[in-house]
Amino acid sequence: MSFEPRIVGFLCNWCSYTGADLAGTARMKYAPNVMTVRVMCTGRVDPGFVLDSFRAGADGVLVCGCHFGDCHYVEGNHKCMRRIAITKRILKGMGIQPERLRLEWVSASEGARFQEVVNSFTEEIRGLGPIRLKEWAFVPEQVEAAAAAHGE
Amino acid sequence: MAKPKLAIYWAASCGGCDIAILDIEGKILEVADFFDLVFWPCAMDFKYDDVRKMQDKEITLTLFNGAIRSDENYEIAKLLREKSVVLCAFGSCASEGCIPGLANFTDKQTIMDYVYKTSPSLEPGNDVVPQTNVKVPEGTLHIPNLWNTVRTLPQVVDVDYIIPGCPPQSNQIAAVIDAVVDILKNGKPLPPKGTVLGASDKCCCDECKRQRNVKKIKKFIRPFEIVTDPEICLMEQGMVCLGPATRSGCGAKCVAAGVPCRGCYGLPSNIRDQGASMASALASVIDSIDEAEVERILDTVADPLGTFYRFSLPSSMLRRVQQ
Repeated sequence: MSFEPRIVGFLCNWCSYTGADLAGTARMKYAPNVMTVRVMCTGRVDPGFVLDSFRAGADGVLVCGCHFGDCHYVEGNHKCMRRIAITKRILKGMGIQPERLRLEWVSASEGARFQEVVNSFTEEIRGLGPIRLKEWAFVPEQVEAAAAAHGE
Repeated sequence: MAKPKLAIYWAASCGGCDIAILDIEGKILEVADFFDLVFWPCAMDFKYDDVRKMQDKEITLTLFNGAIRSDENYEIAKLLREKSVVLCAFGSCASEGCIPGLANFTDKQTIMDYVYKTSPSLEPGNDVVPQTNVKVPEGTLHIPNLWNTVRTLPQVVDVDYIIPGCPPQSNQIAAVIDAVVDILKNGKPLPPKGTVLGASDKCCCDECKRQRNVKKIKKFIRPFEIVTDPEICLMEQGMVCLGPATRSGCGAKCVAAGVPCRGCYGLPSNIRDQGASMASALASVIDSIDEAEVERILDTVADPLGTFYRFSLPSSMLRRVQQ
């Protein structure tokens, strides 16, 4: 079976969600891999949301907000840009490719741009392949079998 | 009436938690008076077999410090869970991984290779590496197997309460002991399972007495690089202080002495990943909207992951580094 990327998309209410809506009402076709979460502002996207998405099985995380200067809350997207920069460093340090997290600015009138962003990001993640977090869960049976092999 | 039984155990830890228990000064005599100390390997001579011979639920309270990173740690954790009515994760190692948990940034093989083959303090050409089983004339010697991933106590067994801190502060330990005595003597109800004892719910900044104005940071610095202002917030002065992402309860002692909070009391109840929360706080105070400049400012944070996750890596969202 071919690999279908699972992508979580955080879209800001004022620009990108409306942009995605425009792509929908204009009947533009784009990859169905992004599951969107509407947030009031990309400034609300905590690095924890991104890490939790990866923990829960996402292969990529897309964050879309207003262009600089357009933020409904003046500087929420500035904070988001800085948070994404630091989150990429965390991901890199934890052994997850930072390319799996992408930040894009999509305005309310850029339905076509949303289509292009989703398509290109889906293809990029398809190329990177699935994430499998190693040794995330504690499995007592595994540990006990290993202990038995060591002669406990 | 028979005295209630108390056990104190250390798994992967430094022994600082045991010292902190002794640090409650005169109260330790009260503890010895009220409880029957049945197991405390750090301070008194007991054997694992003494515990194995006990009835299930015979121990009233077990204070378990230390992370779980070997078969031995795990075996004793399971044993003490069986034998105790109340099992308490005591200290940062047991509750969230702490310093031993930083091993999750690497793996078992790398650690063994460094310690026994490439460390500069070894004799050149050393190739003696410990084995789990070694045959000697008297029989087979066995040492417990080290795990690749460090775990916290609540990840491997059911835990009733958590006392955070590296180590938990003595005044908080004394308060917890008072509460336990009150429960056992006067029949007070137990707090709900999972309660964090000996700490409060807000973040360290809530206890910090320093002045907080506006934080705008162009460059992060380390404590030795400046003479700190005694009145002003350390983060405002450019230090990476984990106060905003750390539970209060310690009395903000480090920050009062001019050393930024390192995050040992763990994450407050309303956040789920201490490192991510700290990253979020740090990003919002950087004074730039230019991506290249933000990257340059972030370059000045020394060892960001080790700093943000110093005490909480095994209980963080991703648990360990992915190879």
